Amino acid sequence: MRGIISAAGYLPYWRLERSAIGAFHGGRGSGTRTVASYDEDTTTLAVEAGRLALKGTTAEPETLWFATSTPTYAEKTNATVIHAALRLPAATAAFDSGSAVRSGVGALRAALRSSESAVLVTAADIRTGPANSPDESAGGDAGAAILVGDESAGPVVAEYLGGASITREFLDRWRTPGDARTKGWEERFGETQYLELGMTAWIDALSATGVGAAPGLDGTESQEAVDHVLIAGPHARANNGLAKKLARSASVDHTSTIGNAGAAEAALQLATYLETAEPGHLVALISLADGADVLIFRVTDAITAHPPARSIADQIAAGNSGLPYNKFLAWRGTLVPNPPNRPEPARSSASAAGRSIDWKFGFVGSKDRETGAVHLPPARVSFEGGNVDDMEPLPMADATGTIQTFTIDRLAYSPSPPVIFAVVDFDGGGRLPVEICDTTPDQIAVGDRVEMTFRRLNQSDGISNYFWKGRPIR
Amino acid sequence: MSSHGIKDRVAIIGMGCTPFREHWDKGTDDLMIDAAKETFASAGLDKEQIDAFWFGTAQSAMSGVPMAAALKLENKPVSRVENFCATGSEALRQACYAVASGAYDTAMALGVEKVKDSGFQGLNAFPIPNDGTNRTLTAAAMFSLVLPAYAEKYGVDKDELRRTVARIASKNHHNGARNPRAMYRREMDVDAICKMAAVAGQLSVMDCAGVADGSAAAIVCRAEDAHKYTDKPLYVKALSFVAGNGSGLIDSTYDYTTFRECEAAGVDAYQQAGITDPLNQLAMAEVHDCFTPTEMVLMEDLGFSKRGEAWKDINAGVFDLGGQLPINPDGGLKSFGHPVGASGLRMIFEAWLQLRGEAPDERQIATADRGLALTHNLGGYPGEMVSFVGIYGTELG
Repeated sequence: MRGIISAAGYLPYWRLERSAIGAFHGGRGSGTRTVASYDEDTTTLAVEAGRLALKGTTAEPETLWFATSTPTYAEKTNATVIHAALRLPAATAAFDSGSAVRSGVGALRAALRSSESAVLVTAADIRTGPANSPDESAGGDAGAAILVGDESAGPVVAEYLGGASITREFLDRWRTPGDARTKGWEERFGETQYLELGMTAWIDALSATGVGAAPGLDGTESQEAVDHVLIAGPHARANNGLAKKLARSASVDHTSTIGNAGAAEAALQLATYLETAEPGHLVALISLADGADVLIFRVTDAITAHPPARSIADQIAAGNSGLPYNKFLAWRGTLVPNPPNRPEPARSSASAAGRSIDWKFGFVGSKDRETGAVHLPPARVSFEGGNVDDMEPLPMADATGTIQTFTIDRLAYSPSPPVIFAVVDFDGGGRLPVEICDTTPDQIAVGDRVEMTFRRLNQSDGISNYFWKGRPIR
Repeated sequence: MSSHGIKDRVAIIGMGCTPFREHWDKGTDDLMIDAAKETFASAGLDKEQIDAFWFGTAQSAMSGVPMAAALKLENKPVSRVENFCATGSEALRQACYAVASGAYDTAMALGVEKVKDSGFQGLNAFPIPNDGTNRTLTAAAMFSLVLPAYAEKYGVDKDELRRTVARIASKNHHNGARNPRAMYRREMDVDAICKMAAVAGQLSVMDCAGVADGSAAAIVCRAEDAHKYTDKPLYVKALSFVAGNGSGLIDSTYDYTTFRECEAAGVDAYQQAGITDPLNQLAMAEVHDCFTPTEMVLMEDLGFSKRGEAWKDINAGVFDLGGQLPINPDGGLKSFGHPVGASGLRMIFEAWLQLRGEAPDERQIATADRGLALTHNLGGYPGEMVSFVGIYGTELG
């Protein structure tokens, strides 16, 4: 049996009320969209989703895929950053799959059809357009990760039964690399194309898997049929139109909470569905993006024994919708506020970073074998007792801790001042003075509980400087 | 291992100090020349009679060449030294040891910093290539961690503690207003300081040292030769230095209410100088008041106050200009600003004036006849700093 071993979504903490967009430009809007913080990019969103997907599994992926339509780097592979942050084995290959929306479902399909024992598919997107554009309002930022594999790699919670893909070249949405704005052809043209492609792929997928379109509809009660459909794609009218044509309603709808997560949308919907899926149910994931892809799964009994590490439902509930629209615009670079009059950070050194991969990307400290003293960053000489070269690596990314003291720095350079900074003592030993993210100065207090999250501290000379920050446990 | 010190083996025989200002019209060279000129005149020596030079600057120059070039020194050894914000003190320390070793008869220590050419507010460290994981917090924010920790540990009301450190700023401004070399010469009352907007933690800009350009210098010789040059030499009683290993940052027993490096440097300096009751034996101290909480903690680290009681002593006026032990009678970093390489020597310059009875009447301390002064200079952050403590006296023995 091959299929999904684990699935997870990661939603950034911040939410933009669509009414805030309307209040500024004139107009209406309802619901919220998720917003990646200024220190998040698609790579860090994928890391967080990947961490959640790998939690509680022992599978070592042979390949890591990363799909996004908004990569941080071109030329350089972004998946290697995720590979380092997830501390995957060096022998695990890491590839970007980009930079179209379809690359998300494409990576998932490739993983399902591969013969490798386990493949980790990550996808993330940050969906933005010019101010007051449809994408700004309807888009959502998220990461998703699906661990695909054989039973030998771990219990399969959703068996892959097969599917179908149809490809056709036509222009519906397009963006020149570097542009913020995605342009679109007349909506009706794409809708017509997608409805036809979607129906064709749907019928092909049913035929390929031998399952019925819907329970009871095929006249043969005994035939296994699709219980639920998920429809992902950047063309909302086409998605809704296809649901209507199938006489179904999609089982996952994030429109009013997250927004459309682009290249991560298909995997995010799948992960959301699996959070409440019942054993034995059949689900079809339909993606309408530059063609149509249909993947059909059967939920297994293993699903009940593998609840998500942190559910998407919980993350939706934990969001902060107090993000002002001007801050959203500043975070996305649409609005450029005056920076503090401090020098911008220098670019981080490639060779220095190369020597500290485990620390910088994996948050691995060291522990004195004799005294137990924890060193963050790792050290060769112990501050307690002075032992030399008698340390073992100490992975700390999943450690939690408590804020001992903190300060708000309104002078330091930051892409989004002020800097909130705390001295954190980790449970089981170790202390680090570290920046705290996803909070506000009025929310933080001594004694607050903190976990670690992978972030982009800054960018200089085009180099994204990744490291870890603390985040309040919610 | 022992720190033997060089008590009474070296004497300061001349000093100079420029006004600390936003010197838009003076470059690093000009500041060095001004300080050196005053110092040569003070000792009655010319540059040919100085055997070796220690040149302290954190970021305004590299190597000994800029000082040799500015002063047009001929075939002289010039060593540039740097040790964070204690750079000026480090220059003096090296010059003293060189003379004590017998290698030279005379040496000059000169510190300078041209901060105001950077175009940015505050002090900014030269970036050393690194992996990008280092903290990028300002010094103000790092030192602001002291207040909540201190309030918590000793059960002091947060607002009361805030007023206490504002009193430190107010005291230093009071002293600086009486010093023509100081940059800020306006008195500030506690209420006005407390009303200002916070920039880091509870600290406002008035809790921070100013930013200024400046230079200061000293000439030293063997103690037995001192009276050839001056009737009122200052004998070096102690020079202590501790470079912290940064463990305070990662050691969960460190509680941000003390600076371990400063305490250790103080203990060593008192041992070198034979001081057992600093509060009553010292005539004055200049301490590194980069931020107001720093000065408060230093009162305990240097043994002037008992642990947990500095805030009471500060409020009782113990460290005022007319108090039991005047602290920063020249106005401190608060009034002078902090040209990094120069500050340590500027502190010693105040000891030079006060112990020799040359400070202006309006800030001459009443305790000068005790004949001993301490200067303390630190660099870095709580948990990870360097600390210098020097002690100087008017008499041998």
